[in-house]
Amino acid sequence: MNKREFLTDAVLFFPAAGLLEALALEAQGKELSADTATGYDPTLHWYGMGIDVDKCIGCNRCVEACKAENDVPDEPYYFRTWIERYTVRRDGKTTVECISTKPGPAKQAEPEDPSVVRTFFVPKLCNQCAHPPCVQVCPVGATFQTKDGVVLVNEKTCIGCRYCIQACPYGARYLNPRTRTADKCTFCYHRVTKGLQPACVEVCPTEARIFGDLNKLSDRLVRFQRANDISVLKPDLNTDPKVRYAQLDGEVR
Amino acid sequence: MARPYAAESESKEEPAVKLPEQVVRLGTVILALLVIVLSLRFFILPASFFSAQPHQAEKVVREMAKPPHYAGAASCRECHAEQFTAQSAGYHRNIACENCHGPSAQHAAGDKSAVPRVQKDREFCLACHAYNRSRPNGFPQVDPQEHNTRKQCIRCHDAHDPVPPETPKDCGGCHGRIARTKALSAHALLPCADCHKVDEQHMLHPRSALPTKPDSRESCGRCHAASATGPDVSKATVDLASHGGKYVCWECHYAHLPEGPK
Repeated sequence: MNKREFLTDAVLFFPAAGLLEALALEAQGKELSADTATGYDPTLHWYGMGIDVDKCIGCNRCVEACKAENDVPDEPYYFRTWIERYTVRRDGKTTVECISTKPGPAKQAEPEDPSVVRTFFVPKLCNQCAHPPCVQVCPVGATFQTKDGVVLVNEKTCIGCRYCIQACPYGARYLNPRTRTADKCTFCYHRVTKGLQPACVEVCPTEARIFGDLNKLSDRLVRFQRANDISVLKPDLNTDPKVRYAQLDGEVR
Repeated sequence: MARPYAAESESKEEPAVKLPEQVVRLGTVILALLVIVLSLRFFILPASFFSAQPHQAEKVVREMAKPPHYAGAASCRECHAEQFTAQSAGYHRNIACENCHGPSAQHAAGDKSAVPRVQKDREFCLACHAYNRSRPNGFPQVDPQEHNTRKQCIRCHDAHDPVPPETPKDCGGCHGRIARTKALSAHALLPCADCHKVDEQHMLHPRSALPTKPDSRESCGRCHAASATGPDVSKATVDLASHGGKYVCWECHYAHLPEGPK
């Protein structure tokens, strides 16, 4: 093969290969969605989570379970869900600390502080927004919303530009140091599509977390929403989060 | 000199705008390339060539195929019914097995070599039960530095059915959260019946006869009025006539924990 032949072949080969791959993927995609339709129909669900702030005891079991279930890197200590501790003082100042740090030696008991008006834990995770800003900004369509309302990241097409990490108003994303791609809570998509609870909900000892389907009127989550004063985080951003908080203090951001 | 040349070109009377040959050629090439690229982009290549959707559909399938590590309490029950019965009546009834025993999907699938962990150290129990003032009122907590420092929790408490040292009786049996809150307050020593009239019937059929709440300010005034006399007179006295107006005291002061823990 001489140079001229090689060049003409290459000019034909590369677009043709790309075209074939795209067609194959499309066909496969159709086939796959047809496959899943038999066992699991994503269009019938619209997943959400309810969090009863009054029940959270800040034990971090959810964080550990999430890390075990989803293989979240231990070093540095990343997490997909975490717990914040709010302390409101008499002078109106509020301090927030993340208590989901690497387990270490037990801390000394704090001395009683009369300036504290109220203090409580708030579990946080990806809010699985109905209008997710992270999906809007992804330049390659690697992060997307599934038909059942879960925002996923395709680690095979993610280019690791970190734009979605900047765009998330809830700080729910991080860059996985192993894959060098954006990573986040998936509502344990592999579990919920099998009819299991997400790992954090499964292990929560006080039932502070409730997982459910917002499409079903009889669902536990929908009843939870009816029975409680519900708020969401940063409602002014119109992201329409599907993580609904009950008894949420006005200081929580 | 420029003038003679200029005069010569004017005399030929050619059209005012004639594109130079090289511009026309280059323009043709650019136009042709543009047509080719645009037709490739919009007519020849299928939309899926540019769409991320096939990749996304493939990701969904990959995500769904991931194996769970937590089997779920229901699958533990199939073999360990005994522990399940013990647990289902106790205070730990809402805690999933794998909360303490760790992710056990492999064990549940029949892998004998994967044995779930057994937590015996204090630190594990203390993750929930060490005193932390941010925890909800009434949640059972101990001070790790005070409470049997060298003993494992499971030596005294059965983790499947933990029982507090003394089973609450009377009102605290049902109203545990209130009882535990009140125990921290300045009102710790007041019996419930001081403020609530409870019919016998309430103990048998709670909803058929609800206990009363104080409906007058004089009820609290017995101890808190400036004019109150007797052994129980509180230090926190107010002038009933001028303080609080038309409101009953408990509308502003939470009587089970008045003005914070003492």
